[in-house]
Amino acid sequence: MAYEQRFDGRGMTELRPFKAKAGIVRRADGSAMFQIGDTVAYAAVYGPRDLFPRFLQDPSRGILRCHYNMMPFSGSGERIRPGQNRRAKEISMVTEKALLPVLDLSEYPNAVVDVFIELPQTDAGSRCAGICAASIALADAGLSMKDMVSAIAIGRIEDKIVVDVNKKEEDYEGGMADIPIAMLPRTGELTLLQMDGELSKKDLARAIEAAKGAVKEIKEVQRQALKDKYEGDRK
Amino acid sequence: MGELLVQDKNIVVPGEELATGMDYLPGAGTFRDGERIVAGRLGLTSVQGRAVKIIPLAGKYLPKKNDIIIGTVTDVLLNGWRVDTNSAYTAMLTLKDATAEFINKGDDLTRYYSFGDLIVSKIVQVTSQNLIDLSMKGPGLKKLHGGRVIRVNPHKVPRIIGKQGSMVSMVKNATGCRIVVGQNGVVWIQGEPKDETFAVKTVEMIEEQAHISGLTEKVKSFLEENGYTVNPDARPDETDGYYSDPERHHGDGERRYPDGERRYGGERRFGSDRRPRDRDQERRSRR
Repeated sequence: MAYEQRFDGRGMTELRPFKAKAGIVRRADGSAMFQIGDTVAYAAVYGPRDLFPRFLQDPSRGILRCHYNMMPFSGSGERIRPGQNRRAKEISMVTEKALLPVLDLSEYPNAVVDVFIELPQTDAGSRCAGICAASIALADAGLSMKDMVSAIAIGRIEDKIVVDVNKKEEDYEGGMADIPIAMLPRTGELTLLQMDGELSKKDLARAIEAAKGAVKEIKEVQRQALKDKYEGDRK
Repeated sequence: MGELLVQDKNIVVPGEELATGMDYLPGAGTFRDGERIVAGRLGLTSVQGRAVKIIPLAGKYLPKKNDIIIGTVTDVLLNGWRVDTNSAYTAMLTLKDATAEFINKGDDLTRYYSFGDLIVSKIVQVTSQNLIDLSMKGPGLKKLHGGRVIRVNPHKVPRIIGKQGSMVSMVKNATGCRIVVGQNGVVWIQGEPKDETFAVKTVEMIEEQAHISGLTEKVKSFLEENGYTVNPDARPDETDGYYSDPERHHGDGERRYPDGERRYGGERRFGSDRRPRDRDQERRSRR
């Protein structure tokens, strides 16, 4: 049976409903929430601040540290063992690499910016939601950035390219590739490109093209979240 | 032909395009990408003639030379004190700059400043690595006793101080509290418990509404509504006026340096452990 209709009835390039809010953690220097479908990510930024132990310091620029964490009760109902695991470490690392190209930390030698991403609820696309939330939180923290970062998971299901895969699609067994993509919406530069599954060169190009449109939509919501917070301050 | 894509005093986010064409010039917080001027941080736009810049709305305090800050003593060392500055970096207060008194070798330094003490001090130097040197020599620089401390957004400090210290002196005068506003966003308030609480409220209100024009009038009526009288003849005292140097607190996120000063090159000093070595070198060269 060919994959003609998406499980939740969305169009092939249609995103799940998504929303964002900036400034949700009062004690943090910057924070944000990003929800897409049933995936919810919270990000809090602390810093720039002192970095210890000292051997981690970089005298030429500040460093960025990301911590990605799925809460035990998130996911499909199976309890997720709390704490670090191989997957969380990897995602923390790629998140860091996805965000670093836009950040200018040269004004903060020897310091660190910590980003904590927590996911109370997940339904695939959690690293992308985390990156979207973190990007809002970093801007909220008043750091120098050349652009926002927006991310979306693109999927190939049989011969179709679908935007924003959910868990059910991710688990589809009839030939599936999952491609999380993070992009600078203004220039279209990629900062994260991963793949799980098999993909032809042609389909990869189609996937990136599909991401471009989705990322523009996400960026608008990210921008609005920040504006709402600071416009709210003005009233 | 260049075109401005935003208005004055718009809230912009990183990556937002502000203007096209070469007619406009990128100011602080913006950068040029080909034909376009793009926002490099979150803030309010400010268009002055052909220059477009961003007034930051958020972010940590960035230490600047000649700023007056309120710091907390966090450590007592052999040759001075380490001071928390409410920024990403701690500062160093050396014996030489700490007091006019003579301090004997081996004296207990906690007699002067001890752990947790609040001090109003001046930044005398910031190196390229953001090593900060403080001084206690100058009018109004002192240790603070009692009172309470609130932390405000450092980008709103100029508004709390007001022109020539007008805002803070009005609150001081009406509430009868002693108030010191540090450029690093730390505000110290001391007075009668009731007045103190009210002064905190007032400062928080100023912080919240920092962008509103005619704020002075609003604060005045806020004070009067609550039974405080505002003396129209009240003039800022010596220590208020201190922050009034317009070159010193500009609040537009631009870092200005006196002519000829370079932040790179020059002597690199690593806090406490460098000086004895310097002295050794001097001794050797004298020989």
